[in-house]
Parts: sequence; C-alpha cells; structure tokens
Amino acid sequence: MKTLRTLLAIFLAAGSLQARAADDSLYTALGGSAGIRRVVADLVPALQADTRISASFDGVDMERLTVKLEEQFCVVSGGPCRYSGKDMKTIHEDLKVNRAQFNALVEDLQAAMRKNDVPSRTQNRLLARLAPMHREVVTK
Amino acid sequence: MISAFPRRLLSGAILALSCGAATAADFARPDLGKLLATGGVSQVEGAGGGGLTPWALITGYGSRDSYGGNVHTTAIRTQDHALYTHGFAMGLADRVEVSIARQSLHGDGGPLDGLRTGQDIIGIKLKLAGDAVLEQDSLLPQIAVGVMGKRNTGVSGLGAVGNVKQLGAASDHGVDVYLSATKILLDHSLLLNATLRATRANQMGLLGFGGERGNHYQPMLEASVAYLFSPTVVAGVEYRMKPRNLAVDNEKNYYDAFIAWFPSKHLSVTAAWVVLGDITVLNPTRQKGVYLSLQAGY
Repeated sequence: MKTLRTLLAIFLAAGSLQARAADDSLYTALGGSAGIRRVVADLVPALQADTRISASFDGVDMERLTVKLEEQFCVVSGGPCRYSGKDMKTIHEDLKVNRAQFNALVEDLQAAMRKNDVPSRTQNRLLARLAPMHREVVTK
Repeated sequence: MISAFPRRLLSGAILALSCGAATAADFARPDLGKLLATGGVSQVEGAGGGGLTPWALITGYGSRDSYGGNVHTTAIRTQDHALYTHGFAMGLADRVEVSIARQSLHGDGGPLDGLRTGQDIIGIKLKLAGDAVLEQDSLLPQIAVGVMGKRNTGVSGLGAVGNVKQLGAASDHGVDVYLSATKILLDHSLLLNATLRATRANQMGLLGFGGERGNHYQPMLEASVAYLFSPTVVAGVEYRMKPRNLAVDNEKNYYDAFIAWFPSKHLSVTAAWVVLGDITVLNPTRQKGVYLSLQAGY
C-alpha cells in the first residue's frame, strides 16, 4: 500500500512536471523573458500615446507598470516568474474602464507583438489567457 | 408557436434597446470598440455572419456602450446564374442587430436565361448569452436568436410565370427563425459556428416558401469553421442545409470556402468559392462559382 502511494506520488509529480514543461510552450513561443521584455517595451509607450486609454495611466509609475506587465505576461504564458503586483480588480476598481477601452489595450498589445514579429497564432494564445481578465478590468 | 415567436423576439429587442439607451450618455457616437473582424462580415441574406450563414456575433464595431453599422454588396457568379445582395445593418449595444437586404437572382445563360427573381429580407438578431471573444476560459459560445422576414419580389423572364406560386410555392413570403452559437477559440485561432434554422424557404426564398413536397417548418443545420490567419485575415469553410419543398427543384445544400480580409474596421472584402447545386429541374447543371462581398461601415 505504501509502495503504491509512493508510486502514485512519483507518478503525479512526474505528471505535473511534464504538465509544467508542456505548459511553458507559450512563454517559449513569445521568446522567453527577452521576447516579453521587447513587447512590453513597445506596449507601454503605446498605451500612454493611445488617447482612448491614456488618461487611465495618469500619475502611474510607468517603470513599475513595465515590470508588472513583464511579470504578468511571463506568469500567464507559463514562464518561471511570480507576479508581485496588486490583483487586477484592485488596480482597476476606480478607473471606470469600459469594454472599448479594454479592447483598445488589446489592440495596442497586438500592435506591439506584431512589431516584434510574434506570429499571429502566438498572439492569439496570449490573448486567450488575458481576455478573461475583462471581468476584473472592465468596471463600467 | 413559430408565428408568436417573432413578436416575442421583437419585444425583447425593444426592451434591450430601451435599457441600452437609458444607461449610456455616450451612446451618441460610435466607439469602434470591438476588436477587428469580431462583427463578422455580411452573409448572403444581410445578417452579420460568414458568407452563407448568420453567426451569433452582432454586426459592426459598436461595443455594448455604443453601436455600429454597415452597408454591403455581394455578388455570386456561377455558370448560369448571378445572385446579388445588397443591404445595410446596424448593431446596437452589441446586443441587437437589425438588417435589411435585397437579393436578386438572374439567369444568365443556360436553360433559365433571362430569369429574374428576388426577395426583400428584414432581419433581427438578439444576443442571448455568452461572448465569443472575451470569455476564453469558458466553453460557452455566444448565442443569439434571429428572425428573417422575407418577401419574394416576383418572377420574370420565365414564360408566363410571374409569381413563385406558379412554380409550386405555397407562399411568396415567409419567416426564418434561427439560433446561432459562435465561439472564437483564440488558443487555437479558430472560429466555430453552428446555426439551426427553422425554415420553409426554397432557395433561401428566391423561389418562394413551401411547396407540393412540404409546407412546414424544417430544422436546417448550418455550420462554419474558420481559421484566424492574422488579425486581418480569416479563412474557412461553410455548409448550409436546405429543404426540398418544390416539385420543380431538387434543391441542394450550399457550401463555400471563403477568405475575408479586414484592412480596417471600416472595410472588409470577402472572396469565396461557392457551390449552390442545381437550381430547378430546368437546369441540371450544378451551379458553382465565385462569391465576392464588400462591407463598409463602422
């Protein structure tokens, strides 16, 4: 019985290792931390320049935002990172972001990825993981 | 039951509209707030969808806080026929869609040379649940119900025939009711749609409604599968089942393979290869050819 349990534990551990290994495929496809850094470096100024949403970034520490976005994209794509920022709900609570503004950010992200030659399929995979955040981000 | 349905849908649509109007002060101008291509293109009966079948997506680029609208023109050219559709459509609060379209079918060569028939179509679609784009962690598709009220505009160029009833149709007008489910699986860059339509229409209504072989509503399945090649290019295949009500027409199912290009939120171009099958026993040639559609709007 004990052997069985040990075997099961090993099996599960191996399974989760394999799952994690398989799961970082998006992180790898994005070009790892360097790839994500390039995308975010293009994204952040684009957000500030986008008149549809720039007001949301008034008074925001853009260097900090850059780091948090890198962490977040790393985590959601299965990379070896930890997100150290506040949760999405707290951040966006008072910003009155509507659907159109959420999609504006998506478009800026698409443009930043395109600029960095991220294939469309990979772009969509990242968007698939970010899209459900509309529930915490869109408050209006 | 079917006849009571459109009225209920209409009151639902009006309710949805009045709710939208009450909440939004900035409803006054279009916001182009939806992502590129997520309003679909204009299907052959004027509704937001693919080429042949309506989708659950609401046409245009207005988010739930706004509205969108567009005009379209479509031409299908097969060996012996040309089918033209043009019309306009509006999407309100990303919830309700209203469309108006006129179709005309021409015989151009073959045994039906000189034939003219057509129909006017008014469509209303109401989104019931889900969001095809944003709810990526849920398998629930976007679901919409729609109706299309159709009236045949008459027949000419076919001897003494001036009305589809003379071809055996039970009526020159009818109502289609459909339920569509559309899901964009971003993780796989796929768009899937299934539509179930209750209809009596012969060749979509171009040859009237009902006939000697049947004059009751039948459920017809329509399906689309598309791949998102890029944010601006979508391509896929479609299938549309059809009833066979007329003695003079062994009506066939429709198929197409399409590619749609969205250079901006103001313009889309769709090209397809379409198979319509033989149209009436008078011309046994399986009609197939090209489909080209332009949509302009916001």
